[in-house]
Amino acid sequence: MSEHTSDNLPVGPSGEEEPIANPGLPEHTWRPTDVDAKAEKRAERQVAFFFALSAICAVLFVVAYFSLDVGDNWDTFLGLGASNLALGTSLGGALLFIGIGVIQWARKLMGDHEIVEMRHPARSSDEDREGTLAALAAGLEESGISRRPLVRNSLLGSLAMLGLPAIVVLRDLGPLPGDVYDDEEYEGAGLERTVWKKGMRVVRDVIGTPIKPSEVEIGDLINCEPAILFETDEEGEPLLHGVEVQIAKSKGAVILVRMEPGDITHGEGRENWAVDGIVAYSKICTHVGCPISLYEQSTHHVLCPCHQSTFDLADSARVVFGPAARALPQLALEVDEEGYLVAQDDFNEPVGPSYWERDSE
Amino acid sequence: MSVDTSKVATTNATTPATGAKKPGRGGVVANWADERLGLGGLMKKNLRKVFPDHWSFMLGEVALWSFVVLLLSGVFLTLWFNPSMGEIEYQGSYDQLRDIPMSEAMASTLHISFDVRGGLLMRQIHHWAAMLFIAAMFVHLMRVFFTGAHRKPRELNWVIGSLLLLLGSLEGFTGYSLPDDLLSGTGVRAADGFMKSMPVVGTYMSFFLFGGEFPGESIIPRLYIVHVLLIPGLLLALIAAHMLLLVYHKHTQWPGPGRTEQNVVGFPMLPVYMAKAGGFFFIVFGVTALMGALLSINPVWKYGPYDPSKVTAGSQPDWYMGWPDGALRIMPGWESSFWGTTWSWNVFFPIIVLPGLMFTILLLLPFIESWITGDKREHHLLQRPRNAPTRTAVMVALMTFIGALWAAGGNDILAIKLHLSINQITYFMRAFVFVGPVLAFIITRRWCISLQRKDNQDLLHGFETGVILRSPEGGYTERHAPLPSSRQYTLTARDRGTVDAEAPGPDPSGLAPKQGRLSGLRRRLNTMWYADDVAKPTREELEEAHHHAEHEHELQAPLDGHAADGHQFDGHHAVEGEELRPRH
Repeated sequence: MSEHTSDNLPVGPSGEEEPIANPGLPEHTWRPTDVDAKAEKRAERQVAFFFALSAICAVLFVVAYFSLDVGDNWDTFLGLGASNLALGTSLGGALLFIGIGVIQWARKLMGDHEIVEMRHPARSSDEDREGTLAALAAGLEESGISRRPLVRNSLLGSLAMLGLPAIVVLRDLGPLPGDVYDDEEYEGAGLERTVWKKGMRVVRDVIGTPIKPSEVEIGDLINCEPAILFETDEEGEPLLHGVEVQIAKSKGAVILVRMEPGDITHGEGRENWAVDGIVAYSKICTHVGCPISLYEQSTHHVLCPCHQSTFDLADSARVVFGPAARALPQLALEVDEEGYLVAQDDFNEPVGPSYWERDSE
Repeated sequence: MSVDTSKVATTNATTPATGAKKPGRGGVVANWADERLGLGGLMKKNLRKVFPDHWSFMLGEVALWSFVVLLLSGVFLTLWFNPSMGEIEYQGSYDQLRDIPMSEAMASTLHISFDVRGGLLMRQIHHWAAMLFIAAMFVHLMRVFFTGAHRKPRELNWVIGSLLLLLGSLEGFTGYSLPDDLLSGTGVRAADGFMKSMPVVGTYMSFFLFGGEFPGESIIPRLYIVHVLLIPGLLLALIAAHMLLLVYHKHTQWPGPGRTEQNVVGFPMLPVYMAKAGGFFFIVFGVTALMGALLSINPVWKYGPYDPSKVTAGSQPDWYMGWPDGALRIMPGWESSFWGTTWSWNVFFPIIVLPGLMFTILLLLPFIESWITGDKREHHLLQRPRNAPTRTAVMVALMTFIGALWAAGGNDILAIKLHLSINQITYFMRAFVFVGPVLAFIITRRWCISLQRKDNQDLLHGFETGVILRSPEGGYTERHAPLPSSRQYTLTARDRGTVDAEAPGPDPSGLAPKQGRLSGLRRRLNTMWYADDVAKPTREELEEAHHHAEHEHELQAPLDGHAADGHQFDGHHAVEGEELRPRH
């Protein structure tokens, strides 16, 4: 630090003579409230007035709390919830008026003489530094940490090994992706599988009714789910519940569209995946997994509302625009003996966003 | 310093601060506490600690107080919120969702919104305060950088502040994900996709975080504890450190008469700042309360419960998460696959790498700057943005980059509102995120340099008075008047040019200057950093210019006072002794 001024502060902006000498602090000017007793009294009354307004608002808050209804049949005011409006404005007033009053007090009545305080460099003094280094050296010497490498190194080693329990103990946060697939503790478990299987009906979202090809007009897009989501066991209990439903939906949701059979460009080996111009694709975007939704009939394009990836449903749902890299997986369709649309099989590739272990080749 | 209080009105410190004869009740309490805590020494130093005054120093305060509002309103919300993904049928007051299965988290959010008096208000206050918290941190960060308050010795406080911004954003994300409504669930769904894009560990991280396959039953309780304990704890600790360092370094101040690098001029903590800052807390709280009363935010009942097969158009994260989302939107769909693995560059780069990279750049800004400039001195006087053109331009370029990505994050909204093609907006943004910051850099830098010239012109030739004089020969000139001396001083109170443009500066250790591999690069950057900077005039230049101005004045003196705009000759005025404008 020898090159620098002793206190480590630049002397003047660059040490050279300034073009204009520092004129020093300007003279203090008195405020009206300092010299005029009337103005002072007025300011005092103003401040007290703000505090009184605040107290009134606090009372209004309590009144609003007990007099305005929420729940089934809430009171409204100008189309807004009266309770929220009244509670919020009265609370806001109660707070704001205290703030305004206090600041007015500070500005008008508290001393307004500017005070000068000297700065000190952030660094400690040389004396302190030397003392600290000496203390540190003495302490380290007494501990013998540098003289006893066996103790030191074995301590460092054991501390490093403590990282293992710290990481391993988190192992049960969740199952391994591979185990979920192998154990198959619920229908369609694992990233490479969904609940779809041969012969499962494609049913309408929400209501769960099966679909005959004749019910689908050209240009229609129907949001569909696998029928298992709506199936019940002998006792009338749903086959899937809770989280299983959510997982099944997050991979099984499909969109079904019908177009002129001549408009469809079938992918290789997918020539018989459509039924009378009806095709089904996974609804889950291959980008980061949002459900795609916006369909443009004339172009057969469907758009993901999250990041605008656009897929061409007439051409194996390939990506025509946006950040997605892969086409939407296609669900092969056929018709069962009762004439309803069913899946030929599960998807032939994992649905949803890419992941490292995915075999995309 | 001694203060003349003779004229002060009666209520205003009439008695001198010399010891009272008998300790009052306050004295007894102070004595009791000091005998046990020994804080007398600390209090003596800090009770009258000086803080300088400027409106821009309030921005950080907005962030601080909105954090306190978040703590208060957040505690209220936890009294009813149930962070569980257990499925129930909603049976509360809101008709349209009755009998619909949803998670307990969503149902309890609806309960707070419709059946707890003041519950909706607190929810909206909490959400608005979160917006304000992060917005204030952003603006405070810009203020600090533009004015050079990040320079030595405050670099570490810059790092702490940057961490606060990062943690604040994460806190916001975990917070708005908790209600488990359709919009926030879609955000969590996307976050799952982000994680899965990470090579090697991504799928495992997703399965560990969600406790199995997305969406699982664990994510809401886990986000909850992160949101109410882990991150707030870190935020509190970092805010405390931020404030302690602020007190230790003493606040920076603007240069001006009597304000130097060695002092700090302002008002004392007690009573002025206690009152102003304390009062300001009530203002911030009051404003968020009014926002909660009047402005609807995050109406989860309109979105409905989360369903992985549903989505709403215009799904967007909260605004502060918008810029990485924009990067995600404009990224081309690049993906590679080899040896049975998939590498999602289209997700991994914009959402994992880019934010990490930008945050690292943010953290390093003060260190990069001082490495380039070679300036290792302490700085307590702020700089006007124009007086550090390159630094100002760097920040504006970064802001343009983030702003462009943020706009790209709303490309669907822009397309609808402006009737444009979303494809064209996206293609435009792909180019603009690279071109825009460069343009912004060049424009800002030249703009700053022009402003420096303007300052010098005002110093040397005075300011334009608007008074036009006509010489006997018929020529017109505008009369210039010198700036007040305090203003002149303030304009000249800045660094002159480079610290070490030619040679590497004196190394603090006193060793021979290092000639590392990077020293050539550093030298070049240093030259570019200061290139075209306009130095303030020297004393000689200033005296010369003033001398010249006086001469001009002498020449113009005979013309002065003879107003000639015709106004005086409209017949309603006595022409005698009329002056066109007040004399300077």
